[in-house]
Amino acid sequence: MYSDKVMEHFANPRNVGVLANADGVGQVGNPVCGDMMTFYIKVKDDRLEDVKFQTFGCGAAIAVSSMVSEMAKGKTLGEAMAITNDLVAEELGGLPKNKMHCSNLGADALHEAIKNFQDKRDGRAPREAAPMELHEHEGSVCPYCDNALQEEEKIFCRACRVEFEECPSCGGITKKGDEKCLHCGKPMKG
Amino acid sequence: MRRRYFDRIAATPLHPEVLEVMRSALGDVTGNPQSLHAEGRRALDAVEAAREEVAGLVGAQSSEIYFTSSGTEANNFAVKGLALGQQARGRHIVVSAIEHSSVLNSVKALAKQGFSSTIVPVDRSGRVDPADVEKALTKETVLVSVMTANSEVGTVQPVAAIAAVCRARGVLVHTDAVAAAGSIPLDVKTLGVDALSLAGDQFYGPKGSAALFVRNGVRILPLIDGGIQEGGRRGGTENVAGIAGMGRAARLAQQEMGARTAALVPLRDRLLEELPGRVGHVIVTGSRTERLPYHASFCIEFVEGEGMLLSLDMKGVAVSSGSACTSKALKASHVLLAMGLDHATAQGSLVFSLIDGTSVEDVDYVLDVFPPAIERLRGMSPLYTQYLKERGS
Repeated sequence: MYSDKVMEHFANPRNVGVLANADGVGQVGNPVCGDMMTFYIKVKDDRLEDVKFQTFGCGAAIAVSSMVSEMAKGKTLGEAMAITNDLVAEELGGLPKNKMHCSNLGADALHEAIKNFQDKRDGRAPREAAPMELHEHEGSVCPYCDNALQEEEKIFCRACRVEFEECPSCGGITKKGDEKCLHCGKPMKG
Repeated sequence: MRRRYFDRIAATPLHPEVLEVMRSALGDVTGNPQSLHAEGRRALDAVEAAREEVAGLVGAQSSEIYFTSSGTEANNFAVKGLALGQQARGRHIVVSAIEHSSVLNSVKALAKQGFSSTIVPVDRSGRVDPADVEKALTKETVLVSVMTANSEVGTVQPVAAIAAVCRARGVLVHTDAVAAAGSIPLDVKTLGVDALSLAGDQFYGPKGSAALFVRNGVRILPLIDGGIQEGGRRGGTENVAGIAGMGRAARLAQQEMGARTAALVPLRDRLLEELPGRVGHVIVTGSRTERLPYHASFCIEFVEGEGMLLSLDMKGVAVSSGSACTSKALKASHVLLAMGLDHATAQGSLVFSLIDGTSVEDVDYVLDVFPPAIERLRGMSPLYTQYLKERGS
């Protein structure tokens, strides 16, 4: 199920720990969806001098965090902000489909830490993550991860954290913001 | 590395005798059981001999056993077939909150056909109170389905008491005995149930072999329409080798149940008693007294189940977990949540289910490799760091 690289990072994760005097801290996830990641960064001359993380979660979540920390260390803030979850998955030799979104939050956590640093540096109040809304649904399958969607997940897949919109043409669900419907190919905005 | 298998609830290995029976059924049995010639009669003999053996395991008559492809199919057949068969009398179903998804989702499917349902809660140990079932019954209730034992927490339900309550009200009772059949003595007459599901791969038979007991005289509609197989109640050419294997496995389970239980219970108890103290912050899930003989289950705080599963796998130990991450649906176990555990704790679910031949050394090996694995994962866990910080302040 997991690539050798994922298992290697799970078995020997890099940069695990807490930075006592971190310049920025970022946290994503919660125990309801199964994964929580906390990233700590130390910044010097616009570069990530040190990166540490702690993760509560599955093998993929731990491997992803480890990979992100390795990719980010030594990078400028701009370069680190350009690291995407997809790039991380690619570096790991791919992730199982149903883990692509739920456990692949490492880059998000890193970006939160960087924003936290920038907020503090610029004297802004630290922001809070917007709560995810759950909605009613007739019960179908997420088109991105095959997760069986329960009633409360009409326009949000809890597994892959993707928000959906209904296609005005065919009624199928597609990621919010996409131009074309995943199912019928017609434009999402009528 | 030597493997140690503690995941019986997923599937048992084949008993060598079962393998022999199946080899012979696959190699030497040419005919279709429904054909009248000698080849067909030979196949039918194999199926009917197995039906006797499976019936014997649960105290049923052979005419009351219907072979299916899985425990899931047996549960679908029971819930949908019985409910639809009685719908002229009413359209309300009662199930417990910790049923297998094949029961819960069958009830959901029936809701689309106009059935309503009541879900009965469980206590902290995962037990259903027969009084709660009684309270849930209405004039419209036609079926109650409560499992015999839960595979995730090992708790055995008071099925006979629940069935007595239902019988007094003329309501049919189904019990999903997949986790229990072959491991604890079950008699459909003593239990007083109208239907019971069991699966061969839970007692050293093959995967893809299962059956539903339906008491003679009870109306059930088929799930799979087809020919006259299984008395017209389950169409499709019989899985002769699978059925033959399940039959032998059922006979062996009946003969050896006492010895198997005597060997497994002390090992189970060693795990239940020793493991919590080795790592701390461990909750034993399920009932201590009303428990499957092969089953030890826990929630390990501050860590997530899949990480534990993979860590133990790397040490040669196979276990399972009910955490969101290990399930394809990526949801925390509905069983643990129904028992009142919070999401974070439920994510630390770990189930050790023992097979025959497991030794004290195997259990001690687990007790030795477990603490460093947990220590490593807790070292990475933000929840554990937070706990230590709060405790320190």
